Amino acid sequence: MAAIELTGLSTVYPNGVRAVDDLDLSIADGEFFALLGPSGCGKTTLLRTIAGLEQSSAGSVVLGGADVTRTDAGKRGVAMVFQDYALFPHMTVAQNIAYPLRVRRASRQAQQDAATTTSAGLGLSALLERRPNQLSGGQQQRVALARAIAMEANVLLLDEPLSNLDARLRLEARTFLKRLQRDLGLTTVFVTHDQAEALALADRIAVMSEGRIRQLGTPKDVFQRPADTFVANFIGSTPMNLLTGTVDGGLVSVAGARLVPPPDVPLPDGAPVIAGIRPEYLRPATEGITGTVSIVENLGVTSLVTLECPGDVLVGLTVPEHEEPTVGAALTAAPDPGRLLLYDGETNELLGTATVSA
Amino acid sequence: MNFQQALRRTLYTVFIAVVLAFFAIPMLWLASAPFDSDPGVGLRWPDWTLDNWRITFDHPYALGSLVNSILLCAVATIVTTALGTLAAYALSRVRIPGRDALLYVLLLLSSVVTGTAAMVPIFVLMFQLGLINSQYATGLVIAGGMLPAAIFILKDFIDSVPRSYEESARVFGASPTQVLLHVVLPVARPGIATILVWAFVQAWGNFLLPFLLLRNVEEQPAAVLLRTLKDEGGSANLTVIPVFSLLYAIPVVALYLFVSKRYGFRFHGGIKA
Repeated sequence: MAAIELTGLSTVYPNGVRAVDDLDLSIADGEFFALLGPSGCGKTTLLRTIAGLEQSSAGSVVLGGADVTRTDAGKRGVAMVFQDYALFPHMTVAQNIAYPLRVRRASRQAQQDAATTTSAGLGLSALLERRPNQLSGGQQQRVALARAIAMEANVLLLDEPLSNLDARLRLEARTFLKRLQRDLGLTTVFVTHDQAEALALADRIAVMSEGRIRQLGTPKDVFQRPADTFVANFIGSTPMNLLTGTVDGGLVSVAGARLVPPPDVPLPDGAPVIAGIRPEYLRPATEGITGTVSIVENLGVTSLVTLECPGDVLVGLTVPEHEEPTVGAALTAAPDPGRLLLYDGETNELLGTATVSA
Repeated sequence: MNFQQALRRTLYTVFIAVVLAFFAIPMLWLASAPFDSDPGVGLRWPDWTLDNWRITFDHPYALGSLVNSILLCAVATIVTTALGTLAAYALSRVRIPGRDALLYVLLLLSSVVTGTAAMVPIFVLMFQLGLINSQYATGLVIAGGMLPAAIFILKDFIDSVPRSYEESARVFGASPTQVLLHVVLPVARPGIATILVWAFVQAWGNFLLPFLLLRNVEEQPAAVLLRTLKDEGGSANLTVIPVFSLLYAIPVVALYLFVSKRYGFRFHGGIKA
């Protein structure tokens, strides 16, 4: 068990790319932590730097109170599951799981015991004599997890743990992974580009872009109050409505509606702002943003309705089933209290919560 | 089937038969002549006898040369495979500027180094080092000629071993030696087996270098001795040559079968794409 402390960490590749840029992060002991971001944002490099597979250029990595910045990968007490699982094709499942012990020259008996106990915990007992190419994707993933657990490391790192599974299996594996992490109580850091995965699994999420953390918080924080428009755009299965407007006489006009900015933020007239509201937080109402229904997309339990508002602005909102409006009809939608956010139009950072002016 | 189709089919079959015969006749000769009481250069149903074998085994140098061949090839093959694998691994994993150019230049030069152009320099070099008539030294020279091609081929095999295998082993605490022995070599095994057989066959059939560097008939390998198998009149000794040729062919076939069975020229799949 160990907490992870990263201070001023930078990882620069020989070609000059700053994959991780002066990053501070502390991950608590036993926490399930997600590094989330689009491809190329440095999340995998950060994970590999924690594992010791990439050498950091500046800053320090402290695991469980010990500075391991210059320690070799194998001596950090960190186990890692790779995106492709990297199961050794010439070894059986049992040999794969026992491999961390073989490296330490543990006795044959100890290796066998480790393979038996660990595999039993992950429901792999019947597969011990198989080779990786005789396993399904889900089984391969569990073998890779078993091998990492058999190492008895303090920290578990997972690189895109679910990306190689098909959609149905992914949900099953997600639940399995969350239960496993809770049972083991192991500090776990995983990398993903799938926001739904991060929201579902993690205790806390760091949203990354260009080697820096854009927002750090619980899934609820990150979903409900994105710190800037990048995070707002990235999180959520339906894109957040981001409507540009300008301040005029202390009020903001967007999409034909007038919004009252947060009282504690002084906004000069003419300042550009962006109003952000999730489609899930908009409801049909008598007052608010009015537009013509142009598209209705069925999402299952809900439907995503696209409204065409004055000034050619498109606003999305979700409505429950059986309440779909007809295309071409006029519809007025109002945000749930406290869910309408206002972002600075220049820095794209969150200013606060706005309300619709009556 | 009309006439034209039938004609085309007939001609095609005849052509295939001729080609087959062209390759099959020497093989059939090799299988039958050693057991014929009066072997000639033609092919015929043998008049069965084992006298040729007795005469060959009594030949003062025939069996010895085969042992020499095995020794020479063992040295050349082991050196080529071992050094080739390590060099290919290093070249595959370490980024050095001009790596590909280096490999191509090596490959180009290697065909010159052991070829006729380098005959005199190699002889002079070995002579001044006092290594003429040394089988081990000759094995090394042959290995030197084969190494660039072996490295070139092995590098491709090792390039195809995913890096995540090695990184995974490293995270579990494996030392570089353990990574090599536990992961890289077993996964690259089909490639190494290919090079092993290739190097052995190359060395086994090499005539020029042993001919130049081994001047004593006691040390000459089979490929060189075959040239000197003549009877008193100076014409080819057709009593010994067929048996000798058959014996000469066996190790290569045996090695191929052994390696194919034991190590297999096949790939395992372990990475899910």
